[in-house]
This record gives sequence, structure tokens and C-alpha cells, in this order.
Amino acid sequence: MIGWIDTVIQGVLLGGLYALFAVGLSLIFGIMRLVNLAHGDLIVLAAFVILVISRALGLNIFVALVLAAPILFGIGYALQHFLLNRTLGRDILPPLLVTFGLSIIVQNGLLEAFSADSRRLDADALETASIALGGGLAVGVMPLMTLVSAVAVIFALNYLFYRLPLGRAFRATSDDPEIAQLMGVDNRRIFALAMGLAMVVTAIAALYLGTRATFDPSIGPARLLYAFEAVIIGGLGSLWGTLAGGVIIGLAQTIGAHINPEWQILAGHVAFLVVLVLRPRGLFPRAVD
Amino acid sequence: MKTRDGNRGGIDRRTLLKYTAATGAAAATGSLAAPAVHAQAKPIKIGYVSPATGPLAAFAAADQFMLKQFMDATKSGLRKGNATRPIQVILKDSQSNPNRAAQVAKDLIVQDKIDLMLVGNTPETTNPVCTQCEIEEVACVSSLAPWQPWFIGQQANPAGGPPAWKPFNYIYHYFWGLEDVIAVFTNMWSQLSTNKTVGALFPNDGDGNAWGDKQVGFPPALDKLGYKLIDPGRYQNLTDNFSAQITAFKNASAQIITGVVLPPDFTTFWKQALQQGFKPKAASVGKAILFPSSVEALGRDGHNLSSEVWWTPSHPFKSSMTGMTARQLAAAYEAATKQQWSQPVGFAHSLYEVGLDVLKRTAEIGNSKATAAAIAATNLDTVVGHVQWNGKDVPPFAAKNVTKTSLVGGQWRLKAGNKYDIVITDNRTATTIPVGGKMEAIG
Repeated sequence: MIGWIDTVIQGVLLGGLYALFAVGLSLIFGIMRLVNLAHGDLIVLAAFVILVISRALGLNIFVALVLAAPILFGIGYALQHFLLNRTLGRDILPPLLVTFGLSIIVQNGLLEAFSADSRRLDADALETASIALGGGLAVGVMPLMTLVSAVAVIFALNYLFYRLPLGRAFRATSDDPEIAQLMGVDNRRIFALAMGLAMVVTAIAALYLGTRATFDPSIGPARLLYAFEAVIIGGLGSLWGTLAGGVIIGLAQTIGAHINPEWQILAGHVAFLVVLVLRPRGLFPRAVD
Repeated sequence: MKTRDGNRGGIDRRTLLKYTAATGAAAATGSLAAPAVHAQAKPIKIGYVSPATGPLAAFAAADQFMLKQFMDATKSGLRKGNATRPIQVILKDSQSNPNRAAQVAKDLIVQDKIDLMLVGNTPETTNPVCTQCEIEEVACVSSLAPWQPWFIGQQANPAGGPPAWKPFNYIYHYFWGLEDVIAVFTNMWSQLSTNKTVGALFPNDGDGNAWGDKQVGFPPALDKLGYKLIDPGRYQNLTDNFSAQITAFKNASAQIITGVVLPPDFTTFWKQALQQGFKPKAASVGKAILFPSSVEALGRDGHNLSSEVWWTPSHPFKSSMTGMTARQLAAAYEAATKQQWSQPVGFAHSLYEVGLDVLKRTAEIGNSKATAAAIAATNLDTVVGHVQWNGKDVPPFAAKNVTKTSLVGGQWRLKAGNKYDIVITDNRTATTIPVGGKMEAIG
């Protein structure tokens, strides 16, 4: 029984990590219908930015994250403004191919700059700290912070979307780009801001990826798949749905692994398939496309 | 891919006529003008395939340094008969992709017309390259991959067993094997007092399946030595969660951990295990903690992790090419690249040593049979030890193509400034290599 409780707790915590990976992706897709195949590599890029800042200035990684966030926002803004905006149009294929190319460029650029060594973000004693729940159960502090951060990020983004003027512009552009433009919204600027925002979320995901496991320039794409599944399960455009999607995959994986470690990844994919069969548009689709 | 190859290979009638006319003229004048000069200047070509980019790139970190050392050592060329021929090395990047490795190997053979192939760095690189060499009949020296995946992995019928396994004609391999890792790990564990319960982390990949194999892997060997193996099953690489394995190990109160794990996966496992209050006395893992950078990435929690050791600066060998000792080679590498030495450095150097030695002894450069015969007759002391395909300690079916170098065990010890050094803690498998300390329990 204890084993099952532990499995469920670990699954939910893992779901928090997947949700963090996925939120940036969900944001970009929700607003500009852009499938960003470079998302995993951008997470790794963000992890390197945090690493460089914390090493160069001798800072705690959480402080480094605060400094890295505006830099990554700038990178995201520039990326959208100078590159991706030029590819957006009726055809969804050009942006898809450009982000695919971007993924290769980011990987090899990082390899040139940082070599293939495994790196990690150092959080000292926090890394292995845990809270005992009694009965031999323990919850790691970092995994718990991951889940809390995921929830906080989604709260903040929802506030932005539904309470602030910028959020209204985001939603308007997402619903109908042509009409939004007629109302004086500059779609291209909105897209650039959205990508900048997504990169800030990516930086938070990178912090937790970088403390949980080691990273090297080639590790990005492996993280992309779960993020995609979480977005699809949750329903396109719904941020809470993305969290639910992440938790469902996390739970399916730990439960599968509890039965047999060989089923860990398979169980996640099966859960994804089941949701697709029962609810092809995901659990909480936001709008009718 | 297809169209690009098509374009490259495709020549229309007009260009064909132009080229054949030009080369025809050149050949005619050339043969009249100075044939002897041309014959003398023709370089001896070595092909070298390694994963310079991609997930395996850490293995190739020493490539440029080694190439420079080799070129310096051979800049006056090689005397063959009464002509001195320059040596040329053509490096190709496999991008850590077996298909790409096969493609570039084929390019080296067909377009560059190399005389000898050198290859190393995991079965993902050695196997496709060696397979191409065997098919195209080009002599090849290979290393840096355990011999079982190298030899058995290239068989037409890997599951067929020794009667179906055939020796190769042109490809030769030197490294250690699975039996050596098992011996090294169990020797190290026997220095500690434990309950002999071992938790296993074997992923679902070539290495994991070989290590966990019920016939030739860890399970039967540990069983014989009285160890109890807790193997929860094959997991997928790059997973973010090891709670199932940790629970299984905790329930069985395992005191030893072993496996062949990718660096990011081991970090995930190790941190999660410590969070869950699981701290074994010994953790001996392959692959994950091969490079000092991977251990450093664990912070203080990498102290006393153990792994197999194939080469260190304290190995009592020296290079046949430069005369440098292992320690001098490591120091030169560190000075040139500003990176800490790693185990592949010695083997990358030894590949060039063996290659040069083979070319010196080959009766006829460019004749693959003669080159292969020269490889088979190798008897050379290199910076990684003695290399000679004499079948010592190798099963008869692989004796022709495989020879073994020594393997010992070591522990990573934290030193000042969050840096780690590997200390050899067990040499019962190769007593010529000095130990630097005794095994210490973790924590």
C-alpha cells in the first residue's frame, strides 16, 4: 500500500516537471499556431545561460535565473522578430522546418561553445534534501518545488491572459489574427512578446531540468516528446490542461514502472493514446479551431 | 539524402566527355614528364572516423590533439622501399550516428581510397565502420568498445552462438570484455563488508541488454559468486524518474548498485535515491562516470563512486610513437586542451601507435591483404599496454580478431575545488598496474 502511495506521489511530482517543459510549448502553439520543434534545445540553451551566469558571477542558481530571465526574453523576442515571424503564414510547414533547423543549429552551436561535457546546475544541499512524510515515505524538496513552480507559472500566465490588456491582445490574436489586426493590434509584436515570455518559462524549466539530471548539448530533443504529449492531452491552448496532461503522463509512467520498469515509457505513451481515442481534442480544449 | 547522393554521383554525358579528355591528356603528359616524382609524392592515407559531434562527442575530445601528435611524429614521412612517402590522415565525423558512420567510412574507402582505417569510441562508431571495411576489403584497426558487442554485434546471426559466428578477414579489435568488468566490479565489492545484495540498473540498449544477459552477462556470474542480484527490468534511456527501481532496491535492502547507465540518467537516479534516503555502500557503474566532468556534475555526491578503469596516467606504459609515458601524455593533453585527462585519451593515442606500426611493417601499402597480415602480426608495447592478436584469454571463436588490454577498478575521490581524481583501488585483474588506495564505502 505504502508502495502505491509513494508511486502516486512521485508520479504527480514528475508531472510537475513535464508540465513545466510543456507550458512554453503550449503558450507558443496557443497564440501563434507554431509548433516549435526546437523547444527542447531552447530549454538546454536556457540551462547553459543560467550555468554561465551562476559560474561567472558566483551566484546561487535561483539568483542566476532572475538575471537569465530578461536575457532569454530578449533572445526569444529577437528569434521571433527576426526569424520566425518571416515564416508564419497560411502554410504551417515553413515554420515547422525552420524550428527543426533551429534545433540542429542550437545543438551544434552549444557543442562548439561548451563541448560535449555533462553539466549540472548546482543547488548544493537542496538537491538531496527531502521531507519525511512518515511510514518510510519521503518527498524530495526539489521535485516538490518543481511542481509548485509549475502551478505558480500557470497561475501567473492565466492572470496575464485573462486580467491584463496584453493578455487580451494575446487571446484576440490567437482567436482571429486578421480581426485583431483591424483593431490595431500589431500581431508581429504580440508574437515576439509571446516567444519572449515562452523563453522565460523555458528558463524556469531549465533550472529544474539542470538540477535534476545532467545536461549536455544533445539532450534537448528527448525532452520534447513528453512536452508535446502533455500539451495534446490537456487540449490545445489550455494551460491548466497542460498541467493535467503532464500529471497524467507522470502518473502513467510511475505506475507503469511500479509494475515493471520496462513499462515506464510505454505506459506514458499508452495513456496519451487512450486520451486521444476518447477525447481527440484533449481534455480541456480552449477554443474551436 | 537520396537526391543529394544522386546529384553527387550523377554526371551527364557532356561533363563525362570533358573530364575523360582532360585526365587522358594529363595522364599522357604525366607519364612522359616525371613519373618517378609522382610515385614518390603519393601519400599513404589513413581514414579515421570518430563522433566529433552529437551525444558521444566527449569521446572525440582528444581527436585534434592526437592528430597533431601523430603528424608531428610522422612529418618526415615513411620510408617504403627506396621512396619516402608522406602520411595523410583524413578525419570524418560520424555525428554519433551509426548510419552516418557507415556513410563516411564508405566515402573514405571509395573516394579517398585510404590504405588503412582506424576507428574507436563505442560500438555505435566501431561496428558500422568495421562492417564497411570488411565488405569493401580494407584493413581496419578498432578499439574503445567492449569486444562482445563488437564481435557478436557484427555477426550475420548474433543469436546463433559460436558455431554460426565467423571470424573476419580485415578488421581487428583491441579492448576488454564484459567478463573483465564483472571480475573488476566483484573484486572491488569483495573489499567491503556488505550483505552481497546488488541492485542493477540495466537500460534497454545494446550495453544494458548485454550486461543483463542471463547467459553471458552479470546474472550468472554474480550468482556463482554468491551475490543476490535485484534486476527490476530494462528501463528506457533518458527517463526522468527512477522511483520504481529505488523502491525495489530499498525493499530488498541492496547495499551495492551496478549498471551501465547514461550520465544524465545516473544523476537523476543518484539524486532521487538520496532524496528517498537510499544510500548503498558501493556504486559501481559503467559509462555514466567515465568522464571526470560527469562526476563533477554530481557535486559532492560523486565521492567514492566506482567504475572500471582502462587507462590512467599512472599506468606503467609508454608510447611507441613519441616515447612519452602515460603521465607525460596526459600532461601534454591537459596543457594543450585545458581539459582534464580522460580514459579515451590513452586509447586514441594507441590507435595511431598501432596504425603507424602496421604501416611500417606492411609489405605492400595499398594491398589490403598485406596490411591485414601486418595487423595480425602486431607485437607492440603501446601507451595502453601490449597489443598482440595472440588469442590470450579470448574464446577461440574470436581469437583471430580480438585481443584484450588490461582492466582494473577505481574510485572517484573528491579533492580540493570540487574536482575529482580516479584512484585505482583493485588490480587483481592486472597486477602490473599499481593501486593508489583501498576501496572505501560510500557515506
